[in-house]
Amino acid sequence: MAKVRLATVWLSGCSGCHMSFLDQDEKLLELAGEIELVYSPIADVKNFPENVDITLVEGAVGNEEQLELLKRIRKNTKILVALGDCAVNGNVTALRNSLNNSVEEVLKKAYVENATLKQNTPTHVPRLLKKALALNEAVKVDFYVPGCPPSANLINYVLNELLEGRTPALEGRFKYG
Amino acid sequence: MKPDELRNLAQKEDELRKSYRYRINVCCSSGCMPFGALKVLSAFKDAVKESGVEEECYVARTGCIGTCSIAPAVLVEPGDYLYQNVTPEKAKEIVKEHIVNNRPVKSMLYGNEAYFKKQLRIVLRNAGKIDPLRIEDYIAVGGYYALLKALTRMTPEGVIEEVALSGLKGRGGAGFLTGLKWRYVARATGSPKYVIANLDEGDPGVFANRTLAEADPHAIIEGMTIAAYAVGASKGYIYVRSEYPLAVETLKKAIEAAKSMGLLGEKIFETAFSFDIELRLGAGAFVAGEETAILASIEGRRAMPRPRPPYPAQSGLWGKPTLINNVETLANIPVILLKGSEWFSSIGTKNCTGTKCFSLTGKVNNPGLIEVPMGITLREVVFEIGGGVPPGRRFKAVQVGGPSGGFLPEQLLDLPIDYESLTKAGAIMGSGGIVVLDDTSCMVDTAKFFTEFCVDESCGKCTPCRAGLYKLYKILDGFTQGEGDIQDLDKVEDLCEFIKEASLCGLGQTAPNPTLTTLKYFRDEYVSHIVEKKCPAGKCFKDGGGAGS
Amino acid sequence: MSKTVELTIDGKKVAAKEGDNILKVARENNIYIPALCYLEGVSSLGGCRVCVVEIRGSPKVFASCVTPVAEGMEVITDSERLRRYRKWAIELLLAERPHVCSVCVANGNCELQQLATELGVDHLRVDRKWTNYELDLTHERFAYDPNRCILCTRCIRVCDEVEGVHAIDLMLRGKNSKVIFDLDDKWGFAESCTSCGKCSAVCPVGALYVKGKPLSEVKKKELVSFVMSRRSEKTIG
Repeated sequence: MAKVRLATVWLSGCSGCHMSFLDQDEKLLELAGEIELVYSPIADVKNFPENVDITLVEGAVGNEEQLELLKRIRKNTKILVALGDCAVNGNVTALRNSLNNSVEEVLKKAYVENATLKQNTPTHVPRLLKKALALNEAVKVDFYVPGCPPSANLINYVLNELLEGRTPALEGRFKYG
Repeated sequence: MKPDELRNLAQKEDELRKSYRYRINVCCSSGCMPFGALKVLSAFKDAVKESGVEEECYVARTGCIGTCSIAPAVLVEPGDYLYQNVTPEKAKEIVKEHIVNNRPVKSMLYGNEAYFKKQLRIVLRNAGKIDPLRIEDYIAVGGYYALLKALTRMTPEGVIEEVALSGLKGRGGAGFLTGLKWRYVARATGSPKYVIANLDEGDPGVFANRTLAEADPHAIIEGMTIAAYAVGASKGYIYVRSEYPLAVETLKKAIEAAKSMGLLGEKIFETAFSFDIELRLGAGAFVAGEETAILASIEGRRAMPRPRPPYPAQSGLWGKPTLINNVETLANIPVILLKGSEWFSSIGTKNCTGTKCFSLTGKVNNPGLIEVPMGITLREVVFEIGGGVPPGRRFKAVQVGGPSGGFLPEQLLDLPIDYESLTKAGAIMGSGGIVVLDDTSCMVDTAKFFTEFCVDESCGKCTPCRAGLYKLYKILDGFTQGEGDIQDLDKVEDLCEFIKEASLCGLGQTAPNPTLTTLKYFRDEYVSHIVEKKCPAGKCFKDGGGAGS
Repeated sequence: MSKTVELTIDGKKVAAKEGDNILKVARENNIYIPALCYLEGVSSLGGCRVCVVEIRGSPKVFASCVTPVAEGMEVITDSERLRRYRKWAIELLLAERPHVCSVCVANGNCELQQLATELGVDHLRVDRKWTNYELDLTHERFAYDPNRCILCTRCIRVCDEVEGVHAIDLMLRGKNSKVIFDLDDKWGFAESCTSCGKCSAVCPVGALYVKGKPLSEVKKKELVSFVMSRRSEKTIG
C-alpha cells in the first residue's frame, strides 16, 4: 500500500503548533510507517507538491504570498486541516484586525511606535493583507483542530482517524487557547 | 354625561349637519399636509365665504380619505365626489362650479372607481368624513353609542361574548382571538387592571394606525373604554410613537374632549364604571411595539421584550393583569357592539372575519391606505385596487407584513389574505404593510435592506437576533458584492432557521422572512449573484453590475 | 405553600415546585442542560438561547431558564435540532467580538470556551467582528474589557439584585449594546459602584476580572457560590 502523502505548512503563526506536532514523540515513529512527509518547515522542499493527501496548515493568512500558497495547497490537497487557533479563527495573528483595518497603521504600530531600534517599516517583504484571515475565510477547509497549540494527543488522534478513513469527532476533545 | 345628553347632542349635531346642503371634507392628514392641504382648507373656507354660501356649505378639516396618490384630496358630500391634487386655485373653482352652480368639476375628479370598489371601510368608517378634533362630529355619526350600550345594557361578560362571537382577531399582527384575550384578562386576579392601546407602528412604509389616529381618534378611545369595561380595567395607556406628532396631538385633544364631556373619567354615563386614559410616547425603537417591550417602556425601563409566560394578561404593567390591543383592533369594537357579532362575522372568511387596513406602497399605480375584507386575494389588492405596476414595468413580488414580511411571487397572488394563508406562504399579516416590487428591484438587495433594518432595530437581548441577524446581513451584503459561494445558501437557510426558531420575541422570529422567502421564490437571483456575479436588476455590484465586477 | 407539579425530563419523572424554571429543576435532578447567561440566585434573562429545550406537543423550542415547569410537561433536552441551535448560539457569540482565548485572562476558566469544546464548535462559519473597545483599567482592583463581553448581563443582574446597587446597565441596542458603569463612566469613577467584586465573580468570560490575577487563581465558581451564600444570608436576615 502506498504511503499517505502528508504536508505541514507554517503560515502566520508562532510555530507552536508544529512544536506540538513534534511533541507526538514516539508516536511520530508509528506515523512514519504510514505517511510520507512531502512538504514541511522541517523538510527541505521548495515548492508545494501536487497530489497531497493531507495537509496540516498552521497559522492565519497574513499576506499575499501566504494567500497564494494556501490557494495552491487547496488545489493540490485532498484533505485540508486547519491546525491550531490561528488557522481556525485568526487568534493572536488576527488581533491586528481591530486596528481600523489599515495595514499602514499596523506596520506603524509594530515597527515604529513599539520599536526601540531602527524605527521604520519593512519594504522588501510580501504585502500584508488588509485583514489577517482564518483559513476558511480564504478557502474551503475540511477539518479543524483548535488549540493554542492543540495538544500532541489531539493532533495524533485526528491524524490517526484520518488515516483510518474516519471523521474525527472533536466534541469535548479540543480547547481554544 | 348622562345618556340623554348624548342622544340630544347627537340629534342636534345631526340636524346641524343636515342644514348644510354640501359638506367639503379636506384631508389634512400626514399624507396630504406636505402637499399644502392646510392652504387648500383655508382656500375653501375663503371661497365659501366669498361666494356667500356659508349657510349651505360646511368646510371640514378631516383625516385621511385613503387616496394618498392624489394628495391633497378633497371629498364633497353628498355623492362622495373625490377631487384630486387640489390647489387653492382649484378650490375656488370647485366652490364656484360644484357648490354654487351645482355642477361637479368632472375634470378634477379622481375617476378611479376600481380603487374603492373592492374596499370595505369598517375601521376607517369615519376617516375623511369627520373632523377628528370635534368630538361632536364623532357623536353625530353614532359615536359613543356603543359605549352607552355596553355600560347600560350589557354585562362585561356579555361584551366579551359578543366580541368573541364576532371572531375578531388581533390586528397587531399575531392574530390572536380578541375575545379570548379579553376573557383571560377579565378572569385574571389582581387589581388594578390596565388596558394598553398599541400605536407604536414602527414599520417603514406602514401608516395605517397613524392614519386611524389622525382621522378618527375617538373610535380608538371608545373601543378602549369598552374593552376596559369588559375586562374590569380602570386605567388605560395609548402607547404612541413620538414620530407621529399629528397623531399625538389629535389623540391628546380627543382625550381632553372626551374627559370634558364625561365620556372618560369618573362614573361614565352615571354608571359605577370609571376609566381614564393617558398618552405615553415611545422613543423611536421598532421593538417597542412588541407587547412586553411596551410594558417595560411604560414602566420607565428599556424597551426590551421579555419571555412569555407570564403573559401580560396575567402579569402585565407593574405585575398587574393588562390587556394590550392594537388600535385597529379597538376601533372595530364599537361597530361590533352596535351592528352585532353576526353582522361582523359575515364579513371576510369563516376563520378570519372582518376587514384589515393595509398601507399599499411601492411600485404600484395607486398607493394609499386601503381597507379590505379578509379573504380578498393579493391579486385584487395589487392589480385592481392598486392598479398594478407602473406602465412598462413587470410585477415581480409583493411583500406583506412590514419589514419582516415575506416576499411572494406572481404565482402566489391568488392567495387569500388571512392569517393562516399568509403565514403558510412565508409572509405575515404583521402590521399591514403591502409593498409591491417590479422588475427594477433586486431581490437579494431587497432582502439585505430589510435585514439591515432588523439589525438596527434588534434590542440586543438574545443571541440569534442580535448576533445572528448581523451575520446574516453581512453574508447578504457579500452576495451583493460578488462574494460567497453557492454552498453559502445552505448556511444562510440554516442560520435563518436558528434565528426564526430560537429568538426571544417576534422581531427575531420573523426577521428572516424576507431572506427565506426570496431564497424560496427567487433563488435564481441569488445563484446569478453568486455564480455569474451578475445582478439581473442591475442594482448590485459597485460599478452597476455585469460579469467580472 | 407552593404546589408541586410532576413532569418528565428526558423521560425521567421529576417533581418540581410550581413556578420554577425547567433549567433549575433539571439541575436539581442531575440532568444537564448547557446554559450560559443563566445564573442561579438572580432573575433569568433568556438571552443566550444556549439552554433551549423542546417540549413534546409544541413545534417550538424554549429557553429552559425562563420556561416554567407545568404538570405533565414532557421536556426533551437533547436532539439534533437543539444541538444545531446551541452550536449556532455559541458560534455567533464567539464571532461577535474578538474572543482570543490564548491571550485571555479567563483561558481555562471560561464558560464560553468550555461550551465551545462541549458542543463541538471547532470553527466559525461566519466572519468575526474585530471590535476595538477601549480597555477600562481605571478601577484600582478590577478591569473591564468590552471586547470580551458576551452581553449575558449577569453582572447587571447580580449588581442590581444581590448587591442592590445597579451600578451597571446596558447602553445602545442590538449589536451596539454595551455594558456600562453608571452613565457610561469609567469604572474607577463610577460613584455608585461599591467595589464588591460580584460582577467580576459572575462574569462567565474574561470581560470583568480582578487585576493582576489569572482566573486560574481566582476560581470563578467558588466566588459565585460565595456570592450566593451571602445572598441567602441576606434573605434570611
